[in-house]
Amino acid sequence: MELLSHLLLGLQTAATPVNLFYCFIGVFLGTAIGVLPGLGPTATIAMLLPVTFVLPPVTALIMLAGIYYGSQYGGSTTSILVNLPGEAASVVTTLDGYQMAKQGRAGAALAASAIGSFFAGTVATFLIAGFGPPLAAMALKFGPAEFFSLMVLGLVASVVLAQGSLLHAIGMVVLGLLLGLIGTDVNSGTQRFTFGIYELADGIGFVTVAMGMFGLGEIIRNLENEEERSVMITKITGLWPTREDFKRMVAPILRGTAIGSVLGILPGSGSILGSFAAYSIEKKVSKNRSEFGKGAIEGVAAPESANNAGAQTSFIPLLTLGIPSNPVSALMVGAMIVHGIQPGPSVINEQPALFWGMIVSMWIGNLFLVILNYPLIGMWVRMIMIPYQYLYPGILVFTGIGVFSLKNTEFDVYFMALFGVIGYVFSKLGCEPAPMLLAFILGPLMEEYLRRAMLLSRGNPWVFIQRPISATLLALAALALCSVLIPAFSKTREEAFVEGSG
Amino acid sequence: MIRGSKDFWTGLIYIFIGVSAILIARDYGMGTGVKMGPAYFPTILGGLLLVIGAIAVIRSFIVRGTPISAFAFKGLILVIVSTLVFGFVVRGAGLTVALPLLIIISALASERFRWRSTLIMAVVLTIFCTVVFLKGLGIPLPIIGPWFGG
Repeated sequence: MELLSHLLLGLQTAATPVNLFYCFIGVFLGTAIGVLPGLGPTATIAMLLPVTFVLPPVTALIMLAGIYYGSQYGGSTTSILVNLPGEAASVVTTLDGYQMAKQGRAGAALAASAIGSFFAGTVATFLIAGFGPPLAAMALKFGPAEFFSLMVLGLVASVVLAQGSLLHAIGMVVLGLLLGLIGTDVNSGTQRFTFGIYELADGIGFVTVAMGMFGLGEIIRNLENEEERSVMITKITGLWPTREDFKRMVAPILRGTAIGSVLGILPGSGSILGSFAAYSIEKKVSKNRSEFGKGAIEGVAAPESANNAGAQTSFIPLLTLGIPSNPVSALMVGAMIVHGIQPGPSVINEQPALFWGMIVSMWIGNLFLVILNYPLIGMWVRMIMIPYQYLYPGILVFTGIGVFSLKNTEFDVYFMALFGVIGYVFSKLGCEPAPMLLAFILGPLMEEYLRRAMLLSRGNPWVFIQRPISATLLALAALALCSVLIPAFSKTREEAFVEGSG
Repeated sequence: MIRGSKDFWTGLIYIFIGVSAILIARDYGMGTGVKMGPAYFPTILGGLLLVIGAIAVIRSFIVRGTPISAFAFKGLILVIVSTLVFGFVVRGAGLTVALPLLIIISALASERFRWRSTLIMAVVLTIFCTVVFLKGLGIPLPIIGPWFGG
């Protein structure tokens, strides 16, 4: 069994004391930021990236991945207990989770979310192990034209699945690509868009952009309306769900895992879309439809399984194709490049220990999470109560020192401030920052693939349509764009997002 | 008559950046399709952004959009200023000056600002960061900078 030997290699990598330790740190931090409303995984990972540069690449990636899927776990706790989503992907969990908590069934809700998440995490781990190698093998045959088209598809998908105006999101992608080109052109050595500023010769660091747009931008947004945070439920009783609860959560967990896994692979969505979709589907097919919104355990189990599954399957395109599907994996692409690993289909063959080690660590991390979240729930509850006015100056301190330490220059701190303003202004105008960050990281890669493809085709731009795989990818991208224009789909798209905010 | 102010302003920003990109890229070599120069891709992108911006501006006169909600100027200015001040003084004055400044200025943005708790937080966080980042991770920043004879 090849798969078994691979998993064994993964286990050997993931189970070393150092990697176990950082996996634990990752999921611990992930739970913490998941629990805390107003601090998301993108900003946290950006903040911690400079610290991980001193670690070996496998260890660094294990920890960063742990932060992401750990945050999905933690987010549900806040949703259930405070009626505030700790994480964007836990928005729908507030609907039924908080109702359950009000009825004194917080324990059952937390259990449904923990069991669902663990099951989904396990399934997703095997999905990555199963689909990773064949996908990577297929992608190894890709030429520059295919990679270019693949990136177009990825960016288009991120736009289609983004919230708000489609046109604005496309603009953000183009803007991100342009910003990514700032710095020295690798082919000609020309300094582009540097305005004579010496520090811009290497381009703008992706950590600087991410911290500015997601860290500072989010803080300013949160300060617009400081919500009172009070944990209504201080005493959690009935941690163990009843037999009836178990019966009712099986099907939603299975459905949620399936929906979340599939949607997680799509670029641009990660875990968020999956939880929305799982909730609305559950609401349509469930026997206990009438209880939804009034504390149905299905309404907690399904979206929580879906967001955890999605958080993990979103690593498939990253690990097999080198294409990030959301801001978090975009940051991980950046981290891999810093560590001297060229993300792409060759990673799986050239760095098998890294690939399989990460996969196995995800399963171990899920195990840690169940242990961390369930018995220690009291500790996390106390953490939720940290008022935001103490939280955000702390975040600013860490972002400030973190950005400075990247290149030991205050210049990056100024640039982070600039991107904080840009991020805030754009969010006011209804432009999502996520597609921009994705495009920013893909910009230089896309230009390089475009260059190579054109060189190979002797300047024939039709090469992208003449090669079958490339043509298929572009056709999919076009289809995705057109689908938004179909009224029925765009209505569902809006509804899916409105459901959560309402 | 502007009906969608979000569309209008986003469009203007996109047009401005698109045009600037095209104009600036004129200084770099365009190259040919076979051997693309440094100006090739930016010019394409600038053109795209210009078109998208133009569509947004045109749409803003036709489609009614949701209005732009009020800017939180207090939060925006204090958070940005605190970050800039931190960057400006950290090397010269050292962490023990830069961090409290960052914390106090940014904390002023909160509606629930209290001097007492903010000062306690400033002291605790500064000590914590000095220990963790300077001693633990060895980030080359002075505790007390040359401005104060450090």
